Amino acid sequence: MRQDKILLAHGSGGTMMRDLIEDVFMSGFDDEILSRMEDAAALDVPPGQISMSTDSYVVHPVFFPGGDIGRLAVCGTVNDVATAGAKPLYLSVGFILEEGFPVSDLRRILETMRDSAAEAGVHIVTGDTKVVEKGHGDGIYINTAGIGVIPEGVSLSSSSCMPGDKVLLSGTLGDHGIAIVSIREGLTFDTDIETDAAPLNHLVAATLAAAPSTRCFRDPTRGGLASTLNELAGASATSITVVEDSVPVHPQVRGASEMLGYDVFQVANEGKMVSIVPADEADAALEAMRNAPYGENAAIIGEVTEGPAGKVYVKTGFGSKRIMDMLVGEQLPRIC
Amino acid sequence: MIDLSGFRDAEIARGLIDRLNVVATKPVKFMEVCGTHTVSIAKHGLREIMPDTLTLLSGPGCPVCVTSNADIDTAIEFAKQPGVIVTTFGDMMKVPGSYSSMSQEKAAGGDIRIVYSPLDALNIAEKNPDNKVVFIGVGFETTAPIIASTIEQAQRRGLDNFLIYSAHKTVPEALRVLVNDPDVQIGGFILPGHVSTIIGLEPYRFLAEEYGVPSVITGFEPVDVLQGIWMLAEQVADGRAEVEIAYKRGVMAEGNPTAIALIEKIFEPCDAEWRGIGVIPGTGLKIREEYGAHDAMRVIPVTPPPPKETKGCQCGEVLRGVILPYECKLFAKGCTPEHAIGPCMVSSEGSCAAYYRYTDHGRS
Repeated sequence: MRQDKILLAHGSGGTMMRDLIEDVFMSGFDDEILSRMEDAAALDVPPGQISMSTDSYVVHPVFFPGGDIGRLAVCGTVNDVATAGAKPLYLSVGFILEEGFPVSDLRRILETMRDSAAEAGVHIVTGDTKVVEKGHGDGIYINTAGIGVIPEGVSLSSSSCMPGDKVLLSGTLGDHGIAIVSIREGLTFDTDIETDAAPLNHLVAATLAAAPSTRCFRDPTRGGLASTLNELAGASATSITVVEDSVPVHPQVRGASEMLGYDVFQVANEGKMVSIVPADEADAALEAMRNAPYGENAAIIGEVTEGPAGKVYVKTGFGSKRIMDMLVGEQLPRIC
Repeated sequence: MIDLSGFRDAEIARGLIDRLNVVATKPVKFMEVCGTHTVSIAKHGLREIMPDTLTLLSGPGCPVCVTSNADIDTAIEFAKQPGVIVTTFGDMMKVPGSYSSMSQEKAAGGDIRIVYSPLDALNIAEKNPDNKVVFIGVGFETTAPIIASTIEQAQRRGLDNFLIYSAHKTVPEALRVLVNDPDVQIGGFILPGHVSTIIGLEPYRFLAEEYGVPSVITGFEPVDVLQGIWMLAEQVADGRAEVEIAYKRGVMAEGNPTAIALIEKIFEPCDAEWRGIGVIPGTGLKIREEYGAHDAMRVIPVTPPPPKETKGCQCGEVLRGVILPYECKLFAKGCTPEHAIGPCMVSSEGSCAAYYRYTDHGRS
């Protein structure tokens, strides 16, 4: 393709669109199913229930420490599909490009998407592109949808958390949100923090194999751990208590959150998993998580209790207790 | 980044609580003046582990909360003027004035922009030479020097379209009103760390000398706060009344003379209306005539409609420590952070918001 910027004609359905698809998307994704170029992909699916999820990605800026919008778009949907206990298999991808977006940036994003998909073991099987006039978008928006298959016998539900169950977290909190804010205009400060965006389907599978009675998985993305745990407590009409000192947080993330006035429990993650596991399988689940990719800092951070339904508490090191509340309003605009 | 882990050390904290339990034998009420203290106390659950004899009241130290409806109405009026860009700290956006909030006005088409620093507002002024850019200056002695320095910069850079609406307030004289209030019997002040970094210890001296009220300038980490409370309790137990500094890593007795000089260069004292307290003589900061070219009220003299107070809102009593946030009839019922009636529920430093976020009060 000769042009170095996306033009309106690239979304026209004509020859320029064909060039874009063939020269940029096909070569970028390099997927055998996608390259059949059918309007719809015909897919082989093993037996079991289908898990399906979709998400749109509008993060600004598009490139940030440790990743880009493409990695988010693949990992976010893979992780959502995986939370059902499913093995993610196929993704669709839709792009909304703004006129003038650099083709070199698009190629970079496609490369990350291809690598992330390969890492997760999923195929990108169908796609779509639209181009909007300059000023009507913000460079690039991506939607992905994914399907996976839930193995026979697996049935996870957030309503099944029981008092006595343990709460596991797969690693440090808040890395993604702080990585994004660290490079926002006007807020530049020095940290080594990178996004944690990562496909967690292998970690979920390993945890589930080690702890087959696992109640559920959730990925604490927007709204952070606070939203996830409040939703779980609400869905299961239980209470959850988190021991503050047991929650892994990178010291720089803690420092930056303090400085910016964020509650680290409410800061977004893109590569973390929360799971609720019966007490007798909690140690096995923890070990499996720690041995899985992206799980080396996993910890048991609290437990499900009788308490008032739907409430989440934090036990501080001083022996006091407070509420872990959900985020009100917006903390950071467009972080994913 | 600075390592503050020692100031969160559970062992040290428990040691201070043990010592506090020994000295705090008489019933007494301490007021934390600063909103950052309110949040720290709530977030770390410190109220729950206080001795039964000791009550912690939240005071008027959240700058957004004490901003009067009239000031918010004025800010909104600026946004209605053609060619005016209003800039503000984000916390102010949702605070309801008499008739509307800046966030509602923005949705209705007003050019209101959130900035993290007045310097960002100055840059907006530079980029928009045909507009007037009004920064809504809200805050205490901590914010005032930054605004003052921005006004100096605006003058140096010849940015005559950069204007300040000064709704700043100074803290010490407001404390005099509180000690004189028969509805609140304050037995000690947890004095604000940041404000004191600027003004030092001297301006509070009257609390101890004229009123016999112990006061301790206190930092914000849990161990800092516990140390401040323990030092207050010791003064009470010893029958002493002094102004002490617990926050020695942040505050020097003389304060920051450079910052004080800068405030005095640009501003002069004026009367200021505090929400819930009323007009306190000499606690406002007005831009001096020499810098009048940057005074929004002189350049764009707006007259907002007469202010009115919100029915049922008890923020005023909360700010004076007369009632605790959850004793307000609207707390967690009509008034929540999502749909706030009063500023104490909107601001991240508001005491109602702190109680709502971190405690069980009023929530079933």
